[in-house]
Amino acid sequence: MINAVGREIPEEILKITGKEPFKGNHYFDGYEYKKDGPSTRCVINSEGSKLVENIHEVLVKCGIQDGMTLGFHHHFRDGDYVVNMVMEEIHNMGIKDITICASSLGKAHDKLVEFIEDGTITNIQSSGVRGKIGRAISEGKLKGLAVMRSHGGRVRAIETGEVRIDIAFIGSPTCDDYGNCRGIGGKSDCGVLSYSMVDADYADKVVAITDCLVPFPNFPAHISMTKVDYVVVVDEIGNPDKIATGAAKPTTDMRKLMMADYCTQFVVNTPYFKDGFSYQTGVGGASIASTISLSKIMKERNIRMKFGVGGLTKPMCDLLENNQVDALLDTQDFDLNAVESVINPRHFRISAGEYADPFNKGAVVNKLDFVILAALEVDVNFNCNVVVGSDGIITGAQGGHPDTAAGAKCTIVIAPLLQGRIPAICTDVTTVTTPGESIDVVITDYGIAVNPRRQDLIDAMKNVDLPFKTIEELRDIAYSIVGEPERVQFDDKVVGIIEGRDGTVMDVVRKIKKFEFSGE
Amino acid sequence: MINLVKKRLRRTMMFLNAQKPGLIKDPYIYRPDSIILDLEDAVAENQKDAARFSLYHALKEIDYRGCERVVRINGLDTPYWQEDIRCAVAGGCDAIRIPKVECPKDVHRVEEEILKAEKDFGMPEGMILIMAAIESARGVMKALDICEASDRLFGIALSGGDYTKDLQTRITGTGIELMGARQNLIIAARAAKVQCFDTVYTNLDDMEGFQRDVETIHLMGFDGKSIVNPRQIPIVHDIFTPSGKDIIFAEKVVREIEEKKEMGIGVFTVDGKMIDIAFYDGARRTIELAKASGVYKGDL
Repeated sequence: MINAVGREIPEEILKITGKEPFKGNHYFDGYEYKKDGPSTRCVINSEGSKLVENIHEVLVKCGIQDGMTLGFHHHFRDGDYVVNMVMEEIHNMGIKDITICASSLGKAHDKLVEFIEDGTITNIQSSGVRGKIGRAISEGKLKGLAVMRSHGGRVRAIETGEVRIDIAFIGSPTCDDYGNCRGIGGKSDCGVLSYSMVDADYADKVVAITDCLVPFPNFPAHISMTKVDYVVVVDEIGNPDKIATGAAKPTTDMRKLMMADYCTQFVVNTPYFKDGFSYQTGVGGASIASTISLSKIMKERNIRMKFGVGGLTKPMCDLLENNQVDALLDTQDFDLNAVESVINPRHFRISAGEYADPFNKGAVVNKLDFVILAALEVDVNFNCNVVVGSDGIITGAQGGHPDTAAGAKCTIVIAPLLQGRIPAICTDVTTVTTPGESIDVVITDYGIAVNPRRQDLIDAMKNVDLPFKTIEELRDIAYSIVGEPERVQFDDKVVGIIEGRDGTVMDVVRKIKKFEFSGE
Repeated sequence: MINLVKKRLRRTMMFLNAQKPGLIKDPYIYRPDSIILDLEDAVAENQKDAARFSLYHALKEIDYRGCERVVRINGLDTPYWQEDIRCAVAGGCDAIRIPKVECPKDVHRVEEEILKAEKDFGMPEGMILIMAAIESARGVMKALDICEASDRLFGIALSGGDYTKDLQTRITGTGIELMGARQNLIIAARAAKVQCFDTVYTNLDDMEGFQRDVETIHLMGFDGKSIVNPRQIPIVHDIFTPSGKDIIFAEKVVREIEEKKEMGIGVFTVDGKMIDIAFYDGARRTIELAKASGVYKGDL
């Protein structure tokens, strides 16, 4: 069946998953449902302790068995030790057929490939996968289907009961013996625990894993003891050097600075750029540079931001520091400055659900004026791909891309026209992760394309001196320089699905096939 | 033959290592007026042939979208320069930059070689221009003769690194060590009615120093500056492009002079400033520069 972004979704996949093909961003608007609920084991006896000796013991206490679904968060990014630590023990116990439902998986989890190959892990649900796991999935090594879902989509899947997490493991920088978790105060600070909040609310068993046990009460708790079954203390939950690095030095790459300047000029010329606007941006060089130049214009024009959202970095926290924004709403911290900024009373932690869940009664992304995003590929229908590389291998993550793009009034994607020899603007993206209806503007080093659906933005830019082009023109320039690449060759086997944030199927990812020349 | 592009706008001439595909594939996106594809200092001694190969294919294949393509050849004291010229001409470059020029004969030797290559490759004769880099005290003293050495020569450029070595001083960032050469070159270039370009500023961490440097050479009368990084382009263009205020004033001066001339009035005031015919050429130049820079929207 062809879905709303023109992708062929095999009937068999719809049957296996029980899903509908993607039918447009607002297809489920107003949809009513009953939320799922976890089973809870009451703790009334005041003599009880939640401390458990080690990972093995806690797995036994949680009743680990074949076929279970385990939840993990990715606040420790490439420095995470928790996923591997737990999975190694499960592997040693001979447990099989595990589904990992993580907010994201990255290079820190390359080790899981061994467990995929031996059947310990048979299903993966994640925002995306980088590193060796991505290759393993693309090569068809995962027994089940990989499900790539956005941060908001993961909360939706858990709340609706589409996914039931049997045991959630929450790596916690500090924790007391009764399970009060905080994202700061230890040796592996990550600032916030936003992605794991839904796990704490909905998993049947919740295990806090910490390397910094603190006296009770570890208040104010980011995840409350009322939701935690067990606490395990280990030597290290992560590598602090890789969890939050020092703030990235502002880029000096003129290509990125140029795109940042285009972005800033575009933003300030839209009707949304006025006192009280809201804004989210990413961690790329151009996004960061754009935030810096935007702050200068805000100062010059005496314009304040009402709130900033993220995925936060130093330049966003500087806005708070310099009193240019009323509040920061934080789901993740990308550098030490962002982690340290968390103590500011106007820097608020929010859950992934508050941030982006399309199936609650309204998420923060719906209130965004601007979001600045990146993409691996954008096609002439403005569809974006942020998960599958142009070589067909899964190599990225959706994160909040589809959520913020759908919610914001002005969604801007910054992408250099060419990624090495690969055109980033193309006729058809390898895989659709964010539908073109969510994307308003594409900014490249060669020019800017406004989505024709946004005539209002086109009109607003009438007298603005920026290099505007159509998206087709941008594609043609890219192809004129590097040629039109031959399409990646895939096997028929579907190895993963790209889930729309509402749970529909946006696209499928097929098994990679060894490239064969067309032999003419 | 009069080559009209001799006088084109050259506020920025950006050096790029001809051997680096990542650099030479699309420098036009930064909108420099000219690029200088370098076969000389940026290229290691044992890579000269590889750089020529890359240069030839870049010139042949890449559409530089109106950006002038100058090739810096190796010095005339090396075994490379003749082949450099053949390669650049065969590729279809717009101009050759000769390093370390000290006398008109250096220009003549290159001119002969270009002509030979144009004939060999069936190119129209005389289209490829020349610019001469002055890198020594002798070159500075011979500047006027060099400027007048060839019809193909569109300008001269100061190359500060070698020049200061020859002067037994160093680049200080203040410009003191370059004062004499800059003054001498701009006077010689103006006397010969060719263009004059200033040396590179290599400290990319000091953009304020760069800005001061550009402001200085702009006031001295230079036509532009050699640059080493695209980040320097907006600063140079900003300084060398007439402001809206300058353009409006220049328009008023041109119109008033033309009007008053017919009325037989020689001296009058514009915006409180005393104006006479002597201001006419300067005002015209401002408008021409504004046009060439793409910022002029009037009808003069």
